[in-house]
Amino acid sequence: MIEAIPTQFIIIFVGLLAVMAFVGLNAIVLVYLERKVAGFIHRRPGPYEVGPPCFPHGILQPFADGLKLVGKQLFTPRGADSILFWLAPMISIAPAIVCFIVIPFGPHLQIVNTNVGLVLILAFTGINVLALCLAGWASQNKYGLIGAARDISQGVAYEIPLLLVVLSVVFMTGTFNLFDIADGQGAWPWQWYIFYQPLAFVIFFICALAETNRNPFDLPEAESELTAGFHTEYSGMGFACFFLAEYAYMVVASCIIAILFLGGFQGPVLPGVWWFLAKVYVLLLIMIWIRWTFPRVRFDQLLNICWKWLIPLAVLNLLITLAVIAI
Amino acid sequence: MNLDLRLDTSGDFYARKFQPTKREDTLILNMGPQHPSTHGVLRIILEIDGEYILRAEPVLGYIHRMHEKMAEVMSYPQYLPNPARTDYLHGLAWNWAHVAAVERLMGLEVPERAEYIRVITCELNRITSHLLWWGAYLLDLGAFTPIMYAFDDRERIQDILQRITGSRLTYCYYRFGGVSNDIDDRFIEETRKQCSRMKPRFKMFKDLVTDNFILRKRVEEIGEIPADTCRKYGATGPVLRGSGVPYDVRRAEPYSVYDRFDFNIPSYDTCDAMGRYLVRMDEMQESIKIIEQALDTLPEGDYIMPKAPKKPKPPAGDVYFALEGARGKIGFHLVSDGDKSPYRLKLRAPGFSNLSLFSEVSEGVLIADAVSILGSLDLVIPEIDR
Repeated sequence: MIEAIPTQFIIIFVGLLAVMAFVGLNAIVLVYLERKVAGFIHRRPGPYEVGPPCFPHGILQPFADGLKLVGKQLFTPRGADSILFWLAPMISIAPAIVCFIVIPFGPHLQIVNTNVGLVLILAFTGINVLALCLAGWASQNKYGLIGAARDISQGVAYEIPLLLVVLSVVFMTGTFNLFDIADGQGAWPWQWYIFYQPLAFVIFFICALAETNRNPFDLPEAESELTAGFHTEYSGMGFACFFLAEYAYMVVASCIIAILFLGGFQGPVLPGVWWFLAKVYVLLLIMIWIRWTFPRVRFDQLLNICWKWLIPLAVLNLLITLAVIAI
Repeated sequence: MNLDLRLDTSGDFYARKFQPTKREDTLILNMGPQHPSTHGVLRIILEIDGEYILRAEPVLGYIHRMHEKMAEVMSYPQYLPNPARTDYLHGLAWNWAHVAAVERLMGLEVPERAEYIRVITCELNRITSHLLWWGAYLLDLGAFTPIMYAFDDRERIQDILQRITGSRLTYCYYRFGGVSNDIDDRFIEETRKQCSRMKPRFKMFKDLVTDNFILRKRVEEIGEIPADTCRKYGATGPVLRGSGVPYDVRRAEPYSVYDRFDFNIPSYDTCDAMGRYLVRMDEMQESIKIIEQALDTLPEGDYIMPKAPKKPKPPAGDVYFALEGARGKIGFHLVSDGDKSPYRLKLRAPGFSNLSLFSEVSEGVLIADAVSILGSLDLVIPEIDR
């Protein structure tokens, strides 16, 4: 009977399970990392007390957080559209998991190698905007509504420079295949695309921060203005899904940056997987560092940065790339 | 009549009485009384068009505790702990205003040493208040780290004050005719150490936060309050000085021994949130200057008048005493009929006047800017509601 199922499906199924485990594990590590790094920047110890003495430095903190979120009541506010309200967290988390399927973690560690890997990721990450919009709309909360409106204009605006700089890299390599893009770069840093496309790297990084709603661009959930923005009304696992999705998208964004600009799994001596994870985590650490250092920008400033600076620069970058290729 | 209050969406008294503009397609948004950036239980009813505020109306009274009425039913010493509970961030100034009003009415002399101790502790308290404002304001703007750095220094100052006054926040240290406790060598040594520790910290605060590009974009040319508007609403303190009027009660009508110290009144005529921000940052350094001068010239003697009455009964009459708190001019108007408790006590809270101009200033700004303006006014809601 087992022969009746195509091998491709079995691989995808097993891969999806593995990816879910990876996303969950990553969230646990990132929650702990975020709080510890915040503590380091704040000059305080961070989480320290959870668990018996055999687990020092509060390493059980993420598990305690998770347990608390699972144990909370799922509360639907009066007047909310309960179907859309509970659909939104799922729409938020599901595409994030799918994105990992096409990411080459190592030279031999990739679940599906497809020619349109980059397009697939860009398409699926775009769905997150819809999820946050639904969450804000369905929760019948004015703060949620404003948060959702902010998220749409932010997400749509920042998609443009993001795609433009991705195009520059794609024109250079001539492929949307993530494995080929990573494979086309050498093992040493000066062979990575960040040296050919430094401007594209900066623009992509800023856009990645904005697309994942990280500080200083965390306006859809700006707590001092909108209490919690689109997830004001969510409790327990509803909130946890958005939280998990945010971290998953952070990891996806870091993976893409690592593949497009930092040589992906390429690196001297060590096996490729470790290089890849090291690059991803360095990028994540930079994101966390930025979050705990800068104040939040204002909303019109955020859009001005995009329309007045990033898009013209991205177009310029694209034109220069094309000119160089043509020559 | 709908008895089920959960289904009642018509809003409360203030929401129903709110007069929106004549425009259509606007949204009425209740900011507070439970909101992260209103610093307590301030409620602001906003009428917004998109993210732009058309009308803002502050609603007060959620933490009204009848401090003025309480004064009428309590004897003078019983009321001593109360003033610090109005403005819990600069409690000693309120404590001082109360005892000084009674002293002025009774013609009670205060020993010189006690006056110096009052100046030192009150200025230390002013620094803690400004530090907390600094941290909380940056929290409003979305920066999480500065409040931890501010609390680093604030906790140290509170430790120093705790040893002498017995409390960390709601002080009850000053007595009629002096202070309750003499300061010792350890206090002087710790205060000197803290003063010299804080001087390089201000440079770090400037490099780390004040010069930050994003911060400057969020506070410069935001919430411009002309000096005329300040006069109209009676705004004082850093709000007035941030609008270019160097009015400080310590200099304008010197009380206690402030006329003996050399200090500047920082003022900035940019009138924006950055002006108010810089005034407070400079004021902390001026406070350190005052503290160091006071410690250098601290006289010996009694810390409280030996013949000071434990239960004062001021003669009939009325008196007004004003001093400079961290938020502006604190005024106590005391009317006595010669009894053991005042006939009437009117507290002038600077925050109330400062908040009053918010409605005018916030017209037409973005919600994020309104948060920035609200933070730059440095409001303490219990002081406004009293």
